[in-house]
Amino acid sequence: MRARTILGLAALTAGTVTAAVARRRKQERQVDPERWYTVTIDVLGDQVDARHLPAPLADLDDLIEVRTVPAPGRRGTELSARVRQPEPPNGLGSLTARALGADPRQKVRQALREAKQLLEVGEIIQQEPQPQGHRPGTPAGKLIDVLAKRSKGEGVL
Amino acid sequence: MKALCWTGINKVSIETVDDPKILNAHDAIVKVTTTVTCGSDLHLLGGYVPGMRAGDILGHEFMGEIVEIGSAVTTRKVGDRVVVCSFMSCGHCSYCKAGKTSLCDNSNLHPGLGEGLWGASTGGCFGYSQITGGFAGSHADYVRVPFVDTGAFLVPDGVTDEQAVFASDAVPTGWMGADLGGVQPGDTVAVWGAGGVGQMAARASMLLGAEKVIVIDRFPERLAQVQQFIGAETLDYSATDVMAELRERTGGRGPDVAIEAVGMEAHSDRVDYVYDKVKTMLKLETDRPTALREAILAARKGGSVFVLGVYGGFVDKFPLGAVMNKALTVRSGQQFGHRYIPMLLERIAAGEISTDHLATHVMPLADAPRGYDMFKAKTDGCVRAVFRP
Repeated sequence: MRARTILGLAALTAGTVTAAVARRRKQERQVDPERWYTVTIDVLGDQVDARHLPAPLADLDDLIEVRTVPAPGRRGTELSARVRQPEPPNGLGSLTARALGADPRQKVRQALREAKQLLEVGEIIQQEPQPQGHRPGTPAGKLIDVLAKRSKGEGVL
Repeated sequence: MKALCWTGINKVSIETVDDPKILNAHDAIVKVTTTVTCGSDLHLLGGYVPGMRAGDILGHEFMGEIVEIGSAVTTRKVGDRVVVCSFMSCGHCSYCKAGKTSLCDNSNLHPGLGEGLWGASTGGCFGYSQITGGFAGSHADYVRVPFVDTGAFLVPDGVTDEQAVFASDAVPTGWMGADLGGVQPGDTVAVWGAGGVGQMAARASMLLGAEKVIVIDRFPERLAQVQQFIGAETLDYSATDVMAELRERTGGRGPDVAIEAVGMEAHSDRVDYVYDKVKTMLKLETDRPTALREAILAARKGGSVFVLGVYGGFVDKFPLGAVMNKALTVRSGQQFGHRYIPMLLERIAAGEISTDHLATHVMPLADAPRGYDMFKAKTDGCVRAVFRP
C-alpha cells in the first residue's frame, strides 16, 4: 500500500518533471531559447493592454517583457511574457531552484495565471488558510507539499 | 469543526479542524446538511489518484445552507438551501462560457500537477486531491464554496436532502454521459456499472428517448434497484457472457451508445482482469480499463462510447483498432454539471428521476469511517453512504 503512494507520487513528480525536461531539451535545440509563456484571456485585445498590465505582471516589469496579440477567431487575447535575461540552465541546480521557488520562470507562469484570473474573474483566487487535518511530516507528504506549493509556477504553460 | 480526513491508504478518521473562512469576494460558507460518498472517492481512498495528502478533507457531493457570503456574491444569500456542483466554475473563462465547466481555467490552484500528467489541468473540485486544486472537501460541518453564484443551486421546495444531494454529482454526471454520448430517440444503450452514476446514466438515456437500456453489474441489490427505480433492463456479468448477451439483445448490432461508469478499479471475470490486476500491482499500468475495453468492443459499428468512469493515468491493451475500424466516437470528461443541474432538480421534483433510493445508509458524520468501510466493501447492500454533519 505504501508502495502505491510512493509510486503515485513518483508518477506525479515524474510527469511534472518530464514535461519540463522535454520542453527544455526541445528549447535547447532551438536557436532562440527564450520561450514566450502564454495564456489566452477570454476578453478582446482592447481590454488587455500591454502598457497597463495587471499587478502580478506589472510587478515583474524589470524581469520580463510582455506582448499581447488577438487570438484567432476572436477568441480573446493571447497574453505572453518572457524573461529578459537568458533563462537558467537545467540540471540539478535548476531542480533545486524550482523546489525553492527561485526559478524566474515560475514567477512568469504564476504572474500570467494570476493576471488571467484578474482579467477574467476580477480577483486572484485564494486558498489559504483552509481547514485540514493533521499533516504528518513524512517524506511523501513533504514532497506533495512542495509540488502543490510550486504548482502555480510549474506546468506546461 | 469536525471533518472526515484521509490519513493514508484506505484510512480515514474524524478530526477536529479549523472552520473555513471567506477568502474571496465570490465565496460563501455552506453549513453542510448532507454529503455523500462517491465511487470516485474510493480511488482517492485507495491512493490510485496521485496527489492525496494526509489531512485532506474528503467529500465532493453535497448540499447545505448558506451561512455567510462574500462581498461580490449577487444571486445567493444567507439562508439559501443549495446543492453545490462538485466541480467549480469561475463562470468567465472560455470553457465556463461554453458550458464545459469542469475544464475551468481559473478554479484549480495547482495547475502544474494536472499539466504535468495530462498536458492540461481540470477545474477545481472539492475534496479531490491536490491535483484538482487541493480544496477542502464536504465531509465536514462547514465548507467554503468559491464562485457560489455559479456553483450553488437552489433546491426546490418539496425536494428532500436525500433526493437533492445527488444533483451535486451523480445525476449530472450520468446525464452528461447520455447527452454527450449522443443518445437519440429509439437508441439502444448499454451502461457498464450500476452504481449511482451508472443508474443515473441509464435513467437519462431513457428520458432522452432510448427505447432499450441495459445496465451491467454483478451485485444483485444494485441490479434490483435498476429494475425497480430506473426501469431499465439488467445484465449480471457474473452469470453470463456479456458480449454474447448484448449481441442477442441488440439484434446482433451492439448498443448504439456504450456508457462506461466503472473507472480505474474495474472488476471482471475475464482473463484480462487478471492481466490488469497483475500489471497494476507491478506498477506497469496505473488503471484497470477492463470495463472500458468491453464497452468499446461491444459498441455497434459507428456507435459511440462515453467514458464516465474516472481514470488517472495510463492503461494497457487499449483496443484502438476497434475504435478506428468500427468508426467509433469516444468522448469523456468530468461532469459539466452547471449546464444540467437546474433542469435536473426540476426533473427530480417532478418525479422523473428517482435518486433517494441510492441513499441506502444514512448516518451521522461521526460514523463516516464506518460508512466508508461499508461503501468500499459493498456490505449490507450499501450503494451510497450518506453523512449528516
